[in-house]
Amino acid sequence: MRHIISILIENESGALSRVAGLFSARGYNIESLTVAPTEDPTLSRMTLVTRGDEAIIEQITKQLNKLVEVVKLLDLSDGPHIEREMMLIKLKAENGRRDEVARLVDIFRGKVVDVTDNTFVIEVTGKSAKLDAFIKAAHEDSVIEVVRSGPLGIARGAKGLKL
Amino acid sequence: MELSGAEIVIQCLKEEGVEYVFGYPGGAVLHIYDALFQQSDVKHILVRHEQGATHAADGFARSTGKPGVALVTSGPGATNAVTGIATAYMDSIPMVVLTGQVPSPFIGSDAFQEVDTVGITRPCVKHNFLIKDVRDIAATFRKAFYLATSGRPGPVVIDIPKDVTDPNIKIPFSYPKKVKMRSYNPVVKGHLGQIKKAIDLMLAAEKPVFYTGGGVILDNADKELVELVRMLGFPITSTLMGLGAYPGTDKQFIGMLGMHGTYEANMAMHETDTLIAIGARFDDRVTGQIAHFCPNATIIHIDIDPSSISKNVRVDVPIVGPVSSVLGDMLQVLKESNKSPKSAAIHNWWKQIDEWRGKRCLQYDQHSGIIKPQFAVETLYRVTKGDAFVSSDVGQHQMFAAQFYQFDKPRRWINSGGLGTMGFGLPAGMGIQLAHPGSDVAVITGEASIQMCIQELATCKQYDLPLKIILLNNGYMGMVRQWQEFFYDGRYSHSYVDSLPDFVKLSESYGHVGMKVEKPDDLEGAMKEAFAMKDRLVFMDVVVDPTENVYPMIVAGKGHHEMQLSPGSEMI
Ligand SMILES: Cc1ncc(C[n+]2csc(CCOP(=O)(O)OP(=O)(O)O)c2C)c(N)n1
Ligand SMILES: [Mg+2]
Repeated sequence: MRHIISILIENESGALSRVAGLFSARGYNIESLTVAPTEDPTLSRMTLVTRGDEAIIEQITKQLNKLVEVVKLLDLSDGPHIEREMMLIKLKAENGRRDEVARLVDIFRGKVVDVTDNTFVIEVTGKSAKLDAFIKAAHEDSVIEVVRSGPLGIARGAKGLKL
Repeated sequence: MELSGAEIVIQCLKEEGVEYVFGYPGGAVLHIYDALFQQSDVKHILVRHEQGATHAADGFARSTGKPGVALVTSGPGATNAVTGIATAYMDSIPMVVLTGQVPSPFIGSDAFQEVDTVGITRPCVKHNFLIKDVRDIAATFRKAFYLATSGRPGPVVIDIPKDVTDPNIKIPFSYPKKVKMRSYNPVVKGHLGQIKKAIDLMLAAEKPVFYTGGGVILDNADKELVELVRMLGFPITSTLMGLGAYPGTDKQFIGMLGMHGTYEANMAMHETDTLIAIGARFDDRVTGQIAHFCPNATIIHIDIDPSSISKNVRVDVPIVGPVSSVLGDMLQVLKESNKSPKSAAIHNWWKQIDEWRGKRCLQYDQHSGIIKPQFAVETLYRVTKGDAFVSSDVGQHQMFAAQFYQFDKPRRWINSGGLGTMGFGLPAGMGIQLAHPGSDVAVITGEASIQMCIQELATCKQYDLPLKIILLNNGYMGMVRQWQEFFYDGRYSHSYVDSLPDFVKLSESYGHVGMKVEKPDDLEGAMKEAFAMKDRLVFMDVVVDPTENVYPMIVAGKGHHEMQLSPGSEMI
């Protein structure tokens, strides 16, 4: 099962390597990991996507909680939540295909953020699956480069992961 | 009061009530050593290798419950200390290790004697710190000692760049009275609902077993444990790390469990309907094949560390909290309930256990004419009246010590259980002896293990530590040889310890007393003589049967009910 875990962690040097080290030492997998400071500069927020059966996920959350610098965490997959990932994708777009690409960007509510004679850079945001679908629809041979942020997540409803 | 960083380091140790620091100097810690030199409250014990410093601090901690402190220099000093840090980590021992670091402007430049100590130790510490500013020293020390000793204890490393301890930069010093960390709040009390549920299960049990581990000792919960176990009248078994929390000579104690545990303990584990695990972590040496583990049991598990619960074995009633407080609450709930266990069923259960006991699984050949290692441990037990502190190394001798020295008190049996570190015994013994001057401290060791930290004999001389080293000399890495005999058709690949030193001369050259004993009849007299030398370290080279194996044994992949009891016997 895929799980998306949000973590509030002390914004201290080394905190990220504690999390990364925990996963490699215990053989858990990390599908993606994003980190940035929060509005409170002493705290960072991580969003971590991992996979495992129930027992493994239980261990992962317990081991994360055991790290001294982890302040709080929430397994977003336990409830309704919103996930967004951002992608920048560079596509070949020679004459004759430019309209087709523009249509695709429109359908996926993307944005063209850079144009040259024969390329586009497109920004797309959405669930990871939507980004996968965009890449598929764009045809493999026209893709020059893909950059993805890894998902961010937030729980639906009034409750927030706060101190 | 204005102090330099180096003086602040020493002052922090005083504030924490630290009596001994085990250490070894070097460039990065010279300012600290200079500050040490100018005071006398904190005593420094100069070891001969940094591994010895960490093991000695560890032995001090295990035998007292207070945090052990070690001080080493950067680079090789820190890497030499890593084995001792990992040893303490695996057994959750409170320890604070101060490591020197190159001056902060040089960090990251591959400077002389630079290693990334925080990075290297990260996976084997409870937490570690790199101090970047002299103004952070006091608060960091306060946190480090708090972390090391609270919750599930463990070693904490403080890495201190040399410039931070500069004697020329003085700042006002005050030690924080309180420590609060928003990200660290260990549980202080167990959930009462869960405790009541556990008590109900215990009262309904027909074949209950207590299975206790090092957590009982770490939390000083032996009194509560003894009261609860006696009140209920259930059998109790212990892990290697838990020995002594419940008196080993008591009739309710059915011996150690696991790979080299007793037949009665392992069979009781297999048949139990209600397992009460306390401060134990279901280690693979204890559980045997997980698929066969306690097939009929409802499992209650008390532990301070939530991540220990349901890690290897799914439990039915988890209780997260300090063992002493949870057991205290259990006693109260039990007393208020006015209920008692199912006496007829428990009576039958004991009948069954006594039948298993009747196999006398620990018996060995008493008439062979050569000293059996078991006999040596039994003799030690008699001579010390069962009241010595015993530290050990790792191997067969460790298992024989655990099986044959019946510990009646906690913190008397000091060994590296989790990491299984050869070389632990002697330096750990130094820490124990310093903490308990005047007490008998025996180091049970093997001729392979003792050579891993043999240099500490000099430390023992310098500080007059009258350890009694009982070397069970079988000429082999016995535990390795045993596995090669069983599982590699007797191909003894590199397990014969060739070119042994003359241990008597060796100890004499360090200024100690050496003895060699070869006959069973001479052993007791020699040991009495050794222990009568109250102020001398005596190194007893006891020549034991080179072919003896540790039984009973559960081989890999087998369950508790599939033990091998003696050579050639069928698995039962
Ligand atoms: C540092 C270290 N290296 C290797 C081992 C693996 N090992 C476990 S027991 C053992 C043999 C110990 O021999 P000895 O000290 O003579 O004890 P005996 O088993 O003979 O009683 C070895 C090599 C270990 N536990 N620790
Ligand atoms: Mg040996």
